[in-house]
Order: sequence, then C-alpha cells, then structure tokens
Amino acid sequence: MTTMQKLLQLPVNAVNIVKTVQSQVQGQEEDKSPVLTPDSGQHSWYNALQPDELRHLRSGGTGGGGGGDQEERAPLEEGGGGGSSGGTFQTQPLRHDDLKEMLDSNKDSLKLEAMKRIVAMIARGKNASDLFPAVVKNVACKNIEVKKLVYVYLVRYAEEQQDLALLSISTFQRGLKDPNQLIRASALRVLSSIRVTIIVPIMMLAIKEAASDMSPYVRKTAAHAIPKLYSLDPEQKDQLIEVIEKLLADKTTLVAGSVVMAFEEVCPERIDLIHKNYRKLCNLLIDVEEWGQVVIINMLTRYARTQFLNPNINESLLEEGGGGEKTFYGSDEDEDEDEEEKEKKAEVAAMAKRKPYVMDPDHRLLLRNTKPLLQSRNAAVVMAVAQLYFHLAPKAEVGVIAKALVRLLRSHSEVQYVVLQNVATMTIKRRGMFEPYLKSFYIRSTDPTQIKVLKLEVLTNLANETNISTILREFQTYIRSMDKDFVAATIQAIGRCATNIGEVRDTCLNGLVQLLSNRDELVVAESVVVIKKLLQMQPEKHSDIIKHMAKLTDNIQVPMARASILWLIGEYCEHVPKIAPDVLRKMAKSFTNEEDIVKLQIINLAAKLYLTNSKQTKLLTQYVLNLAKYDQNYDIRDRARFIRQLIVPTEKSGALSKYAKKLFLALKPAPVLESPFKDRDHFQLGSLSHLLNAKAGGYQELPDWPEAAPDPSVRNVEVPEWTKCSSREKRKEKKVEKPFYSDSEGESGPTESADSESDSASGSESGSGSEESGSGSESEESEEGSESEEEEEEEEEEKDKKKKKKELKKPVPETESEQSSEEEDRKIERKSKQRKSDSESESDEDEESESESSQSESEDSESEVEVKKKKKTAETKPPSKPVKKETKKEKKEMSLLDLDDFEPAPSPQVTPVNTFLSNSLVTDLEGLSLSDSVLSPATIAPSSALKNYELLHRITGEGLSVEYCFSRQPFSPDANMVAVQMQFTNSATSDTKNLHMEDVKLQSGMRVKEFPEIELLSAGETATAVMGIDFCDSTQAANFQLCTHTRKFFVSIQPPVGELMRPIFLTENEFKKEQGQLMGMNEITEKLTLDAKCRNEHAIVQRVTAAANLSRVPCGSDKECRFAGRTVTSSSLVLVTVATKEEGAAQLTVNCEKMVIGTMLVKDILLALTQ
Amino acid sequence: MIHSLFLINHSGDIFLEKHWKSVISRSVCDYFFEVKEKAVDPENVPPVLQTPHHYLISIYRGKLFFLSVVQTEVPPLFVIEFLHRVADTFQDYFGECSEGVIKDNLVTVYELLEEMLDNGFPLATESNVLKEMIRPPNILRSVVNTLTGGSNVGDTLPTGQLSNVPWRRAGVKYTNNEAYFDIIEEIDAILDKSGTTVFAEIQGVVEACVRLTGMPDLTLSFMNPRLLDDVSFHPCVRFKRWESERVLSFIPPDGNFTLMTYHVSSQNLVAIPVYVKQSINFFETGSCGRLEITIGPKQNMGKTVEGLMVTIHMPKVVLSANLTATQGNYTYDLTTKVLVWDIGKLNPQKLPNLRGSLSMQAGAPKPEENPSLNIDLKIQQLAISGLKVSRLDMYGEKYKPFKGVKYLTKAGKFQVRT
Repeated sequence: MTTMQKLLQLPVNAVNIVKTVQSQVQGQEEDKSPVLTPDSGQHSWYNALQPDELRHLRSGGTGGGGGGDQEERAPLEEGGGGGSSGGTFQTQPLRHDDLKEMLDSNKDSLKLEAMKRIVAMIARGKNASDLFPAVVKNVACKNIEVKKLVYVYLVRYAEEQQDLALLSISTFQRGLKDPNQLIRASALRVLSSIRVTIIVPIMMLAIKEAASDMSPYVRKTAAHAIPKLYSLDPEQKDQLIEVIEKLLADKTTLVAGSVVMAFEEVCPERIDLIHKNYRKLCNLLIDVEEWGQVVIINMLTRYARTQFLNPNINESLLEEGGGGEKTFYGSDEDEDEDEEEKEKKAEVAAMAKRKPYVMDPDHRLLLRNTKPLLQSRNAAVVMAVAQLYFHLAPKAEVGVIAKALVRLLRSHSEVQYVVLQNVATMTIKRRGMFEPYLKSFYIRSTDPTQIKVLKLEVLTNLANETNISTILREFQTYIRSMDKDFVAATIQAIGRCATNIGEVRDTCLNGLVQLLSNRDELVVAESVVVIKKLLQMQPEKHSDIIKHMAKLTDNIQVPMARASILWLIGEYCEHVPKIAPDVLRKMAKSFTNEEDIVKLQIINLAAKLYLTNSKQTKLLTQYVLNLAKYDQNYDIRDRARFIRQLIVPTEKSGALSKYAKKLFLALKPAPVLESPFKDRDHFQLGSLSHLLNAKAGGYQELPDWPEAAPDPSVRNVEVPEWTKCSSREKRKEKKVEKPFYSDSEGESGPTESADSESDSASGSESGSGSEESGSGSESEESEEGSESEEEEEEEEEEKDKKKKKKELKKPVPETESEQSSEEEDRKIERKSKQRKSDSESESDEDEESESESSQSESEDSESEVEVKKKKKTAETKPPSKPVKKETKKEKKEMSLLDLDDFEPAPSPQVTPVNTFLSNSLVTDLEGLSLSDSVLSPATIAPSSALKNYELLHRITGEGLSVEYCFSRQPFSPDANMVAVQMQFTNSATSDTKNLHMEDVKLQSGMRVKEFPEIELLSAGETATAVMGIDFCDSTQAANFQLCTHTRKFFVSIQPPVGELMRPIFLTENEFKKEQGQLMGMNEITEKLTLDAKCRNEHAIVQRVTAAANLSRVPCGSDKECRFAGRTVTSSSLVLVTVATKEEGAAQLTVNCEKMVIGTMLVKDILLALTQ
Repeated sequence: MIHSLFLINHSGDIFLEKHWKSVISRSVCDYFFEVKEKAVDPENVPPVLQTPHHYLISIYRGKLFFLSVVQTEVPPLFVIEFLHRVADTFQDYFGECSEGVIKDNLVTVYELLEEMLDNGFPLATESNVLKEMIRPPNILRSVVNTLTGGSNVGDTLPTGQLSNVPWRRAGVKYTNNEAYFDIIEEIDAILDKSGTTVFAEIQGVVEACVRLTGMPDLTLSFMNPRLLDDVSFHPCVRFKRWESERVLSFIPPDGNFTLMTYHVSSQNLVAIPVYVKQSINFFETGSCGRLEITIGPKQNMGKTVEGLMVTIHMPKVVLSANLTATQGNYTYDLTTKVLVWDIGKLNPQKLPNLRGSLSMQAGAPKPEENPSLNIDLKIQQLAISGLKVSRLDMYGEKYKPFKGVKYLTKAGKFQVRT
C-alpha cells in the first residue's frame, strides 16, 4: 500500500493530461453502471468489502466517469498488490474503493489528494455520490484544505444522500458558535446550502441567530441563506420575512446588497418593508459592492414607481399648452401615437390637479445618489442606473445616461447586444437623448450580425428630418455588405425611414427600386417587399414608380423580383390602366420560359386584369390560362384551373364567381412598419423579460405611477424614544436624516469595532485619551470610511438642500441653522438625560440594548455637531460641552483620508467578548465625559455649536491637520482680540514636535497673540490651543506660518464678520435709545422673505445668533427680535432688528456706526434667514 | 440568480459544470447547441436564449462558451458581466483562459467558482480576496505541492472580505516600490473610400501596475483633465474627489489593474495618424482582381508609427492572392479568407505598398462589395488626445516610490471602407 500511496501523489496535472487524451474515447463508458460490468472477477472483489460500502457502491447509479478511471490507472497497474488484475475498463469499483482508503487514512495529504480527485470528478459532471459516507466522515477534518473540499462535495451530494448528510450537521452547528466570525459565516454558508428538508428548523434557527450576530459578515451570510431556505421550504416565508425585516434595518454596506437580494427572492411584494430603509439604502448605495448595487437599484426603481408622482406630468401639461415649452428632447418628433398618448395623459393629469408638480425629496435623493454610479466599471450597474433614470427621472434629466450607455458599446459583444436592445427601446420614447451619439451606432463590417441588426434598429429609430440624409448615406454603404442578412435588414430599415419621414420617401423608393436589379435574390426580394409596403400606403401618388417597375420587367431577371413586380401591377392595375395589359402581353409571350413563381404571378395578374378590364385582356387571359393548363408544374396547372372556374362565367360556375372581384381585388391592409421595440418599455428596462419581450418567471411588474402620492412620512425613521420626546413633532422630517448621518455607525459602530473599520477610530480615540466620548466620533468616522471631508460636508449640504426643497422648490445652499432650534431643544433635553443614558448603557449588558443606547448616543452627539454654530449664542446656556466636539470634528475630517482606516482587517481571532468589552468601555467613558462637562461648565474652550474651519489639511500638512473655530469666548489676555481655538491632530505615523507659529503677516493695526508652543504631539494625538487675533474690525485675513520641527506651512485665518463682535446686554429701552442715535447713514434696512423653516421666533433667533456673535435683547412685541453686540476692537455698537410680518415677509434692520461692518452683517444675516 | 454554469469548448463538449443550487442536467445545453449550429459564427449566437424551463445566458471568450442557466428574472447584464469576470479571473490566475488551462487546473477552477457565487449570488469577485483564499498556481508551488501533497487552497480565511478596501490585500511588502501607469489610447475610426473620416473617437484607458508596500494613498492628476469626457473608474477611485477637483485619488489594488477608462470629448478633432490609398477591383471577366494599397503618415505628431498591420476579410470567392509587398510580409489564409499584411514600422521616406492580383473562383459572379481594411498600428510615447499626467503623489507611506508613466496610442476599431 505504501507504494501506492506514493504513486497517488502524482500531480493532478499529469493525470489530467492522460485523462484529456483518453476521455473522449471513454465517453460511452460513463453510462454504464460500474456494478453492472459483467466481470466475475470483480464480484469476488466486492465480497471482500464491507457490506455497507458495497451498498453505497450499488446505489451509485450511473457510475463514475470513464475519464476518472484513467486517473487511477497508473497507480493501479503498478500497485498490483491492490488486488486488481482486471483491465482498465474493469477497474471502476476498485477506484472508488481506493479513494475511500485514502480518505480513511490518517494522512492529510492522502485525504487531500483523494478529495481533489473527487472534486475533479464532480467538476466534470461525473457521479461521485457513492463516496458519500467516506467523504462525510472527514467533515470535521482539521486540515482546512481538506475541509473546504469536503464542503464542496457535501453541498453537491447532500440532496441525494439526505440521511448521511445529517451526520455532518453537528459539525456545522458547532461552527456556528465559533468565536471567529469567518468560521461562523462559513459554517452557516455550508449548512444553509445543504438541501435537506429535515434540517429546515435548524437552518431557521441558525439564520435567526446569525442575523443578530455582531459581525456584519456573518449577517451578510445570513442574508444569503434566506433564499436558500426559502427555496427549500416556502412554508417558512413568514418567519423569513421577519429576518429580512431585521436585516433590512442593518446599516452596513456589506449586508445591504445581500438582504435586498433576499428580499427580492422571498417577498418582493412587501414593498412596505422598504419604507423605513429607503433613505438609508439610497445613501449607502455608493459604497455597496457592485452586485448588490444592481439589485438595490432595480428594487428601488420599483419602489419609487409606487411611492412618487410621475415627474413628467407637468411637462406633458406644458406641451399641451404651447409648443414653445417643448422640451429639448424633441418630443415633438415622437410618433403620433405617442403624442396622443401624452395628450391623453396630460388631460387626465390636468383634470386630476392643476397644482404644480414638486418632486418628493426622497425621489430626488434616489436620483442624485444613483447618478455617480453611471461611472461604474460594471456594465450591469450602469445599465441599472440607466433604467432607473429612464423610468423615474424627469425628462430633462434622462439625457445623462446616454453617454454612459454609449460607453458600454465598447465592451464585449454580449454586453453590446443587451445594451443595444435597451437603447433601441429607449430611442423610441426618447429619441433626442441619443441623437448626439448617432455616429457611435455606425456599423463596422467586423461586427457580428446580431449587433449590426440592432445598431440598424437604433439608427432607424434615431432618424429624423435633419439627420436622415446622413443616415441614408450610411445605409448605402451597408447595402453593399457581404452579409446578406444584414443587407436585408438594412433594406427594411430604409423602408421604415421612408414611412416615418415623408421628405425622403421618394428618395428611398428610388434607391430601393435600384436595388431591384441587385444580383442577390434576398436583396431583391426584400426591396420588393419594402417597396410594396411603401406603395401600399399611397398607391395613387406612386403610379409612376409602378410604371417604372413595369418597365423593369424587361431587364430584371431575378424571378423573385419579377414575380413581385407582377403582383404590384396586378394589385394596382387601376393606377396603370394602360401599362398593365401591355405587361401581361409581354409576359404571355415569355410565359413558357419563366420560372414557376413568375408564372403563378402571371396567372394572378391575368385574373385581376380580366376582372377589371376584361375588354382588353380577355383573350390574353385565356391564352395564359391555356398555356398554364399544360404546364409541367402541377401547381400551375391547378391554379390555372381554379382561376378559370372562378373568373370566367360559365353555366357551371358556382356562387363563388359572383364574388371573384371581391376575392381578388379586396383591399389589402397596408403593412405597418414599426419597430419591434415599440412598447417594450412596459417591461422594466435591463431586465430579462425586456430582452425576451416576454414575462420571465419571477418578474415583478413595474407599476404605473400613482395618481396621488402615498404618504411620504412612512419613510421617516423613528428616533429612539428618549430623544424624541424633546422636540416638536412637526419637525420630524428632519430628524429622519439624523439617524442616518451617524447611522452607519450608530448601530454597527460597536459591533464593527471588532472588525477592521472602526478599529483605527477607536484606537486613536483612546489614544487621545481625555474625556472624549467614543461613539459619536467613531460613528462619524466609520460612516464615511475612505471618503474625504468635502464629501461629508457636501452630503450634509445636500441633505439640507433636500429638506429645504420640500418647501421651496428651488435648491438653495446650505445653512444648518434651521435645524438648530430643534437641535438645541434636544440638546437641552439631552443634558438632563445624560446621566440617565449613562446608567442605561452601563446597566444594559445585552447586545441589543447596548447598541441601541450607543446609537442614540451617537445621534445625540451628531446633533451637537450641528448645533455647534448656534449654540453659543443662546445666552441662557453656559458653554458646556467643551473639548469633545472639537476633537470629534477633527476626527471626522481625518477619517476622510485616514489611511489607518484601510488597515488590514484585524486578526480573525478577535473574539466577541472583546467587542463587548470595548463597547461598554466606550459607553462608560462617554458617560463619564458627559457628566464631567456638565459639572464643570467653565472649561476653557467652549465650542460645541461653533463652526469649524480648516486651517491645514491633512494631506498638505503631511499628516498634521489643523482646524480652528471662533470660540466666542472672551480672550483673557487681551479683550480686544477674538479668540480662535485651534485643534491640532497628528495623523502621521511619527511625532510632531515644537509646534508653534512664526512670521505673522498682518494688515496694519492687526495684532496676534500666539498660542503657546506645543512641544510634542505624538502620532495619533490631538491637542487644542487658543490664540487671539485683533482683526481691527475688518475681515482681513491673518497670515502666518505654522511650524513644526521639520516643516513650515503657510496658513491664514479669515473671520466672518459675525465673529468680529461680542454680545452685550441691553434692555429694551436702552436698545431703543441707542437705535435712535444710529439712524440715517448708520442704519441699513432690507426687506426679505423668511425661509419657510424659520418663521417662528425661535428659529430666527437661532439663525441670527449663529451668523453673528450677538445676544438677544428682550422685546415686548412678538413680531420683533432684537439683538445687540459690540465690535471687539472698537466697541462700536451693533444693533440688529428683525421684524416679521405676514406670510414670512420680514424686515431686517442693522444699526452700526461702522458702515462696512453693517453692510456685511446685513448680507450674512440675510443669507442665514432666507435659506 | 445564476443557477448553473457549463463550460463548453469550440466543438461542443461540456468539460466543466458547476451548480450553485440543485443540479440541472446538462441536457439543458442541447437548446444551446441547436442554436449554435444554426449560427455559423460563434459570435452570432444570441447571448440570451429561452428554453421551456430555463433561460440560458452565455458569453464567448477565448474560444470557449461560458453558459449559465438561470430560472427566474435576472438582469441579463448582471450575468454577462459576472461571466466575464469569471473569465477575467481565470486569465488572472492561469495567464490565459483556455480549455487546456482550465482542464489542467480543474480543482482550482472549481474552488474559485465555489467562492465567487453563493447560491447564485456573487460573493467574492475581487481578485485579491480570491487570491487570499485560493492561491494562484505557479511553478514553485506546484513543485512543492507535488512533494508535500499540498494544494492551492489558502489556509487563511478571507479577511479581505471584511475590509472596506476589499480590492487591496493587507500586508503587502516590496523591496522595490514602484508605480507604473500606462495611458493607452485607441482610435476608433471609420474612414470612407476617399479617406474622409466618417466617424472617429478616442477611447483611453489608464492601466496601472502598482507594487507598493503598505497602504499607500495615491493621487494622480492630469495637466488637461478637461479632455476627459466620459470616465469610468475602478471602485477604488474616490468619485467625489474627481467631481470636485478632477484628480484621481485612490488606494490602489496590489498589482495590475485598470484604473480608469475614458472617452475624449467629441469636440476635439481626432488626429488620424495614417492615410490609406487603396484600390481593389474585381473584374467581371477572367475571374481575377487587382489590389493595391499604400499607407502613408498623416497626423502622427512627429512620432514613428509602428506595428502597422492591415487585415482584410476577403469575399468568399477569392481563392488566392498573388501580391508583392515593398515592406513587410503578407499572408492569405485560404480557409478564413483573411489577408494579413504585416508592415511593421512606417517609413515616411519609402511608403509601404502592396500590390498584385487576386484570383477568384471561376464562374462566380464578382463580389459587389469591396472588403474593408482594418488597420492596426501603435505609436509609442504619444497619447493622441494630448492627455498628460502632471503628477503622482503618494500619501500615507514614508518611502519614495519609483513612478513611471507611459503613453501609447493604438488603433482600436480602425476601419477603412473601400
């Protein structure tokens, strides 16, 4: 046996070479069952086997392949000791036995070799099921390579060997509990792939458990397992839907794609499950892996169709109203039916409501977030976005997809095929979109025919009055192609162009007529058919062409063409009354020499002429019929006999002859020349059903737009309870987004800290030590992952915009202020609750509540960030939440490009226990820090609601990044200076030393108080410093150099005008008095319309105080808000009054003796209030 | 989603099958074979076929058909794109994607397929994640495996799947850190008989070969990014950064990859580097024809045109060609009727010329269309659109990498109608 073992280790490749040579020869062997091989020698061998082994051999059905037995040949022949004396062809039973022995051995290498052979058999489609018992024993094998192959085998054959497969289940159940997330995932994956009904409950349990696993990867695997279980036992649907619902709420990109896929397979009709996750899915989309993107986009298309209004309703209204408004995309050129349809729709819409269409912000969100994916390298993603735009976007925006689709035409021919099919459908509805790319659809002689035909289709659809001449010139080239199928298609296409575009009909006809002399029958036949169709539309106008064709009979020899011409003349003989009989005369003369097909048409022509013009043609007809009577071809003889009976009245002729005229001269309907792609767009584009133009199994109809939009509030996401109670219910909308911001972290933050993503975050956090609260910054960080800061800001901005759009149709730039009022409320609320939350998180040890609390926490801190700006101004509140926020911001920025983010995944051995620990630790810390800040409100740097500006970007700073904000605190060393709080973060890998500033360049009069040198900023650490700048009441920038021990960076700080003042307290009377003195030149008044979100006093105060460092002056009237402050340097008074009137109208008055400051301030406040 | 996959060779043998759900008999392929018989050219087999119970979606790559079976609605491009990704992976692993190579590595291939799909839904398609789980074969390893009985299955777990940079392997180390970028532009053009441009555009691609230690963060910027019209990126590129600053900022995958593809905006006129004078005549009588082709330089920006090659698909009736070339060699394949004239470097002093007679089948009518010429060419150190890389910066790592950029212009689908 030892020799055999050695020999068995032959490299697979070597064996395969032998195999490939021989496998064909042996092909037939496959069908024979090894057991049936009539070889007595083998039977004796069987007896030596264990009975149970024998059983499995027999049950093996059609035995292992002929190819396979070659593999064993060499060893078998050599190792004669194995007992085989039979020839190659008789060794099959032996071989399996052999493999079994290898599998039973103690050596992993032997097992591995055996498994490799078995897997190779499976791959070739050979049956290896009889090895099941031997293989399944190894399921618990320590060797990971063997194990993997055993899994492969198991999944393949478990269905056939259900009982034995059960033996392996316990192994997987154990694996499900493994501390390593990858092992848990793989156990679940294999377990759920085993198609054995009996284990359904076990699978169900495993899936449920995995769905709440803390590793997102395991949750992803759970999502994958759902459709597997569903196909095994559809009864489980309800339970599975619960799991899907739960996983849909998951906030990691890893899970999103998989769970939507499960959703689509199990319960695509449960669109209601999507509501709450809609915004999250939109926002995560760009980070989901590409395959998941496709599935999500397709699903969201369907969702949007049920939830939003048709964005094109208004356009059709406009179109109806006046041609002037017609869209750029040339809808006026659309086919007539289209127009009608539109009109109908427009009417309906008009009746339904005249009120202007406003796009739901969620609708806009979807469109905006999918657009970048048009740049994906994955054709399927691009197509998915394209179809989404086609089905959902307002007409004017659909155009963006054309470029991307045209790009796909460079791809593999299969991709081209699918894309062209879809483009063909699109061009029917929206021709203008692809017109600029007309030339991209030009055909090359090397294109496969099916691609050529599709391109032709697109070109035809794109043809209009302006480009038809170019297209026809192009078609002329195609007609000479060697590919005759393609030529035929071209002729058809010319015919369609001619029908659709009146101007070129004659040109096309002439061109086609010329083609009648083509040598190729196919071409001629096709031309005649097309000419026939064209003529059928308006025969009167084209009698000259019919005449021309009649003349052609002299020259054209192609029988098909002659036959077609004769048919035409017969059909329209009344248009060519003089020529027709003459043609018949000529034909009668040559009748005997004609081809059969022509003869038949001659008879046909004769009959028709006889019926219409019997005087001239009676004799001719009889002559022809007589000739035909004696023709060699019985078809012709038959036809002649039949026609004679029908048309020539005799006493014997039956009732039919009365109707002869009707029979022959019935009006034949003009064939309709339309695109085969017409109306295909009722299928969702890009789908299999669309491609096949037939509903495929499992296809979900794309619903029509609803008449009225369903309640959009269903998409609002609930905020955890204790934060919710604080703020006004009506602002719910806003809150919705909030969870999202922090979201991806919120929930996953804690769990993920076991994984790579937030690792670095938490790391650096603890590094910076201090009272930093963990979850907030962490969440932000991991959310954005690799993206850059601008992005984040942009996103926020976008979100804001969106919100705004709800009320105001046009997009407006961001201000965060509107949120702040609410936020502030919440914040106050929060403070009072802080302790509570603290204790909460501490006490709750189980995972869920934990993540819950941390989520709310993070949300909370999120809101802080937003409020920052405002917060200071609300005088009542002492500056509390210090340092924390600052660092947070910093962190966030770092995350943009922080390389640490991309650090390798941590060792897989991270145990869940760790996660728990770290998680609760973070919460603890957070609680501590929060309570801390409340207790000591006098912390140096109050900052929470302040806006941060970037001083030095991480990249330019080579790892050092600096942010600053105007802390709005009095700068103690010099009251005439504005305090600027700076936050330094060292994200480089080495320490930074001697951080200080140098070489300050200032406008005259300005002064700077430098911040104290920071001696050491270790890698990953953050430090804060405060400097003072006397800006001399101007908004000139202060330029200086920031120096480290190695580098110098030029930076500059420029203050917004609102930061150049400090709040003062005035009474109402004082205010009035001061205001009285600052009239005339010193008073600036502006009328404005308040932003819809800031029409209450509270919001106005929020926004004004955010824009300028002023304090509120009490005021008797609730129609007025007053603010007062002094400029920092010159202590000039600054008085601001906002008087509100009806319907958001308001008047802003600024009184300040410094006119420049006044003017600038008016601008800033105006901006803050109107946006 | 994807139910099963069959690999079928040119002659119609199924040499590999893989099922991700329950087993589907390979007889389902019979529908495919039927269609394949009808379509003379394998390129003309429709990629999507409908059978009574299944849908067959196939691609044709490297003389092989990848035929997948699906049972329910699925975006066809999803499957097609995935199949191409499979083929790409094979190419990546084994250097080519051919029947022989797949048969030689049957087990590896099977394992790859197993990892790439789970229940028919793509699971791991990033090459570096796969390589972590299943090591690509190389000579050394196969020797070692032979001696130790080891296999190519990686003994690590696919940690890459957990990363948020799934395209980059962790712990990459090189002694020589280098990053090379090839800017390759292809001219797609159709010229008509008289030499006027019917249609021309430039498609470009930035191929990168990055061998850098650790987790470098690269920024590649162009002198004239406005040229780029329609771009598509490797997932590693930060899209927002491109939108706002027109620079490519990315953490590169390890090794070779396509960083971006682009299209040069159509406002720019496309320089056509060569002109072609040709006359191909078939005579009505005497069953013969004449052919004469001359190629000369046109707008080549002062660079040498190399690798010049003309391919002509002759009509079926052309039996043989008796030609003389002043430069290079020509071959005429009797079975495929393809005439290839390999010229090499274009010498502007002495223009290459090919002339001679074609003999045709006696009695056959003369072909109606003259065959069009497909031109191949290369111009080194030139991006015909004028695109230039301005700089490449690396952040996040300390060392100084060696950086290189290469430009190349090629003819893409460059066709001259006659």
